[in-house]
Amino acid sequence: MKFGVVTFPGSNCDYDAYRGVVDTLGEEAVYIWHKDHDLQGSDVIVLPGGFSYGDYLRPGAIARFSPVMKEVVSHARRGGPVLGICNGFQIACEAGLLPGALLRNESLRFVSAPVHLRVENADTLFTSEYQQGQVITVPIAHGDGRYTADPATLDDLESNQRVVFRYVDSGGQVTGAANPNGSMRSIAGIVSAEGNVIGMMPHPERAIDARLGSTGGLALFESILARVAA
Amino acid sequence: MKPYRVSVHITPRTGILDPQGKAVEGALHSLGFEGVREVHVGRHIVIETEAASENDAKETVRSMCERLLANPVTEDFEIESAAAG
Repeated sequence: MKFGVVTFPGSNCDYDAYRGVVDTLGEEAVYIWHKDHDLQGSDVIVLPGGFSYGDYLRPGAIARFSPVMKEVVSHARRGGPVLGICNGFQIACEAGLLPGALLRNESLRFVSAPVHLRVENADTLFTSEYQQGQVITVPIAHGDGRYTADPATLDDLESNQRVVFRYVDSGGQVTGAANPNGSMRSIAGIVSAEGNVIGMMPHPERAIDARLGSTGGLALFESILARVAA
Repeated sequence: MKPYRVSVHITPRTGILDPQGKAVEGALHSLGFEGVREVHVGRHIVIETEAASENDAKETVRSMCERLLANPVTEDFEIESAAAG
């Protein structure tokens, strides 16, 4: 399976995603420069973390107009899998692939730390190798991760099981203290209505090798492999 | 076509948590500005553009706000002025 990792000016997790796919999963990966119009036959598109365009205006606001995004949006509309991580989640929201927005952390602080996530829906393209309700540890590193949407959108996400990951404590409970950025309803990750686009602030690509501290993100990639290959 | 200078205010939508505004509010209180009830921190953007008329300049900037400058999910914008210049 071929993963296409988009590099925007200011992306800084593209290398992590690339190495994770190639070294840990043993799958093929290519970098796609943001000015290209060719997805190089990629099966899965990764919008990586970082600070595209220096987060000018709003995180993701300018990157969504990068030339390659036209092809990424077409790929998504055709049902192609898109994995938006951190800045990639912000870009996916700005591009209208996912609802809502990511605002400045409630604490106003950049938070770089491992967090606990509860798998809220283990029946998606990205989570089928997890157990429903499983608690995993994955790092976050962001200053603008407060998921925000209007109440109707939140209710729609909840009632259609589109909230995939929620911030919880080590016991799997949703608490204020376990919510690192003030996200509404402790939302850490969501999927599109069709289920082929995921956006999440935590970094699964940094949690796929025990040598790096955690393997909590590995099943996400294995889920994609299992579903897309099938 | 004439040159226009258009100012836009972009602010967090009312009701959406604005931690920057809260932090500034707290700082103002601690400086003794006790009358401060609420503070909202947004952006002020000045755009110099060519347009056929003042109205046209404002309409163009409105479109810019809807498409890029403001996030329709979380922000409101207000076109303050369009001055020939």
